[in-house]
Amino acid sequence: MKVIKCRRLSRGRAEGLSLFSPAPISFFGTIDPLTSEVIEKNHPLYGQKIADKILIYPTGRGSTVGSYILYGLSRRGLAPKAIIMKEAEPIVAVGAIMADIPLVDRPESFEFKSGLHIIVNADKGEIIIP
Amino acid sequence: MYLTNEQEAILRGEEGWAKKKCLEIIVALGEIYGADRLIPVASTQISGVSYKTLGEYGLQWVESLAPAKVVVPSTLNPAGMDLGGWSEMGVPEDFAAKQMRVIRAYAKLGVTTLCSCTPYLAGFAPRFREHVAWSESSAVCFVNSYLGARTNREGGPSALASAITGLTANYGLHLDENRRPTAIVKVSAKLAGLSDYSALGYRLGKLLQQHIPYLRGLPTLGVDEAKALSAAAAASGNLALFHAEGFTPESEVSVGEVRERLHIDDKDLKGVYEELSTIRSGNIDLVAIGCPHSSLTELKAAAALLKGKKVSPATKLWFFTSLPVKVLAERLGFVDVIEGAGGKVFTDCCMIVAPLEQMGFTTMAVNSAKAALYAPTASKVEVVFTTFEKCIDIALEGRLR
Repeated sequence: MKVIKCRRLSRGRAEGLSLFSPAPISFFGTIDPLTSEVIEKNHPLYGQKIADKILIYPTGRGSTVGSYILYGLSRRGLAPKAIIMKEAEPIVAVGAIMADIPLVDRPESFEFKSGLHIIVNADKGEIIIP
Repeated sequence: MYLTNEQEAILRGEEGWAKKKCLEIIVALGEIYGADRLIPVASTQISGVSYKTLGEYGLQWVESLAPAKVVVPSTLNPAGMDLGGWSEMGVPEDFAAKQMRVIRAYAKLGVTTLCSCTPYLAGFAPRFREHVAWSESSAVCFVNSYLGARTNREGGPSALASAITGLTANYGLHLDENRRPTAIVKVSAKLAGLSDYSALGYRLGKLLQQHIPYLRGLPTLGVDEAKALSAAAAASGNLALFHAEGFTPESEVSVGEVRERLHIDDKDLKGVYEELSTIRSGNIDLVAIGCPHSSLTELKAAAALLKGKKVSPATKLWFFTSLPVKVLAERLGFVDVIEGAGGKVFTDCCMIVAPLEQMGFTTMAVNSAKAALYAPTASKVEVVFTTFEKCIDIALEGRLR
């Protein structure tokens, strides 16, 4: 079992399979709010859905409307279970709190891939890979 | 970050769900920006009001916060329509119904439903060194620069969170050390009217992203000039604060150590008019003045130019302002003159956040660099950026020559 310390930005605990993006994500533009699918052409996750995943990506970018898109995804039941970022930014932090999605950033190490079984305990500031 | 016992109690939910969520938002922003503590704000100004930008889920978020109430004076950004005269604008009925739901949701939270980007012209003006949480980018730049108040450029949700909690995180432009000028800009360009100040702001923002300019050589800087300059600089370069020698309250600082030096001349300004205009001639559907919302002075100037004239039936001439300014303009007879000439004075909204694309407009003339920058993407219209006087001429002739 591996425990990675990190910073809590939005509270909660979640467990699931990871979806890792080496490229930044902007909720406004990258993600289809109706399906949670990555619709930005040339994005490494193009065609994949972020719903119910532990979404891991380096940084965010783009419009402040992004907070509401994350909130909207959660209202539709299509939000990621938790989000891990290398360095978070206000748009995703605000959206994650609105949507009750655990969000952590600044993990001690940022070596992830897709398909890992991961537990995010934001309350304790821990990422656990059992 | 240091939190008081009272703030910890709010985070445990002891004052309800809405206040807890709102404080979580403020604390998270404080963590991200390395704030040491939270500080009280005296007022807020909240963006995310037009249904066109807020959307269904934004609206649901605002509705979800009731029955919480704002604890400081709070006003709203422009809505997508004149809340009274929307049918005269040609706003579709279903849009209007959703827009009114947004307004009711904010009203339920105790927000003063003044929908304006210039609340400082309508009785909501922070004082020197007062901490506030405002989100309209032009107003943020105006109150920081011209009034010497202190606000970061808040997003809609964070300004609303500050309204509900009365708090913001102590970082960025709330701190002395982040308000010092980092670039000296010599302005030798001739500044004839408000659109020139708007062009200057646009050029400043383009040249100085991430900087705080110290302007030298401005011939004057009244409320209207500062409003035009702030709006364009915030739109083109996220500028949230500038200093202007002899005019702004924090301009009496030492600039001896500032290395970055720039110069803006007539050619730079002329280039802005060319760069932002997507059309050079032809029919203009809409001449729109009021980005940011027109002041009484601007409506007076419009009335003077329009007295005894008629707007061409081929175009529309619309002014946008705040409700209190319109009421005064009515009393002073300006609205009668403008509407007698065939123009309209609308409140609560503007040409950028109204659903122009659903209202059949394809070409627009403006005297605001900000409006010219946003209109092609926000409203899918072709645009010409020109002076106030030229805008009125276009409206009278119905076309751009």
